[in-house]
Amino acid sequence: MSYPDTFRYTKEHEWVRVEGTQGTIGITDHAQQELGDIVFVDLPKVGAKIIKGQSFGSVESVKAVSDIYSPVSGEVSAINELLTKSPERLNEDPHGEAWLIQVKLSDPAEINGLMSAADYENYLGAA
Amino acid sequence: MSVTVELKNTPLFDVHCALNAKLVDFGGWNMPVQYSGILQEHHAVRTAVGVFDVSHMGEIEIRGPEAASLVDYVSTNNAQKLKTGQAQYSGLLYEHGGFVDDILVHKISDTHFFLCVNASNQEKDFEHIRARNSFDAEVDFASDRYAQLAIQGPRALETLQQLTRTPLAEIKYYWFTDGTVDGVPARIARTGYTGEDGFEIYIPPESAQAIWQSVLNAGEEFGIKPCGLGARNTLRLEAKMALYGHEITESTNPYEADLAWIVKMEKGDFVGRPALENALQQGVTRKLVGFEMKDRGIARDGYEVWMNGEPAGWVTSGGPSPTLGKNIGLCYLPTPQATPGTAIQVMIRNAPVDAVTVATPFYKRAKA
Repeated sequence: MSYPDTFRYTKEHEWVRVEGTQGTIGITDHAQQELGDIVFVDLPKVGAKIIKGQSFGSVESVKAVSDIYSPVSGEVSAINELLTKSPERLNEDPHGEAWLIQVKLSDPAEINGLMSAADYENYLGAA
Repeated sequence: MSVTVELKNTPLFDVHCALNAKLVDFGGWNMPVQYSGILQEHHAVRTAVGVFDVSHMGEIEIRGPEAASLVDYVSTNNAQKLKTGQAQYSGLLYEHGGFVDDILVHKISDTHFFLCVNASNQEKDFEHIRARNSFDAEVDFASDRYAQLAIQGPRALETLQQLTRTPLAEIKYYWFTDGTVDGVPARIARTGYTGEDGFEIYIPPESAQAIWQSVLNAGEEFGIKPCGLGARNTLRLEAKMALYGHEITESTNPYEADLAWIVKMEKGDFVGRPALENALQQGVTRKLVGFEMKDRGIARDGYEVWMNGEPAGWVTSGGPSPTLGKNIGLCYLPTPQATPGTAIQVMIRNAPVDAVTVATPFYKRAKA
């Protein structure tokens, strides 16, 4: 799976796609591969404040729990209800249908500190 | 300064790498946690057959005129009652009544016993037994002489039967026989750690790769899958089989761990017995009990368990049950509440999530 050029990436393997002041956040294909079979996704409520670099939820595989760290700051405007019933979709389409949350960004300039798709692929290659 | 400890590899290490297994450090061993995925592997064992490399497990052999007496003295179950060709689950205890390890004892003859022990405990077990050996018996650390495969699932017998002349249907549960597999001498035991029918075979390490491949070929028609430690853990949890370091530790005794059935007080003296008598007199204050989550959330090892707004115990093993489609676990609770039907809360990331204690095992296979 390739990493979309329209996303920005974190070292903790989250992605964010920004359109205006709206951000959509997910985990990367690499993250889902490392986790294995995903069985549970714990997300914040709509209206919750999230802060760049801090955990806003978790993804659980059969074996383990992983925190998800926010690539940006803002207020949660939507959560992906699909993942409540079908967490396994995260293994299948982590960059598309299985996004995690949408956020109203408090500081759109924050994404300048994140990796581009090319940077992220280099980062994975070096890890 | 960081110290890098060299991980030990089983004779199947190259095979695991070729199968693209995800490897983890398991008690100092480089072990496959999964190949195709834990869920697929789990379901393969419940519905067809899976094969596990469990060569990390340790083997200790005890030989001599008083071999049975030594085994009986260092273990909780009654080794003297074993018949030749029979195996038994047992405990090795410290004098204070806590577990050194849980083990499988196999009686090869009146003067020869074969112990299968946990990988990360094997050196400790060996020293423990040797230090208490005042009998006419020799204790031999035999791990290097054996690789071990577990072939588990409803089609395990049909799979393994293609590789041996030993009539496998005649081996009863918890019995074993020495025969050949794929033309190589093998100890074939009808034992396992999955709650499913199956076999554990002890084979020469140099033949492990060839036999592994033969087992995969033989099971192909049934959809056999190589299975890792991830599935091994979900399978054994559903069957409520204890895992050392979780349900049983050096600070838990067999009564607490719901393993009274492996303690045979009537057999006479054994290591840990006075402490167990004392524990019975004082009353066992906590006990292992199963639970399932009622609300959304997965309990994990080490999470706190609360009752009536107060901490009451902890989760020893927890996770999703692929067979039942529920989130399950085992926990220690005060004895009076350690019965099915108690409302508890598991603390998941600082939030209480409702659960209820239930009868175990969570999964029991239908009798053939």
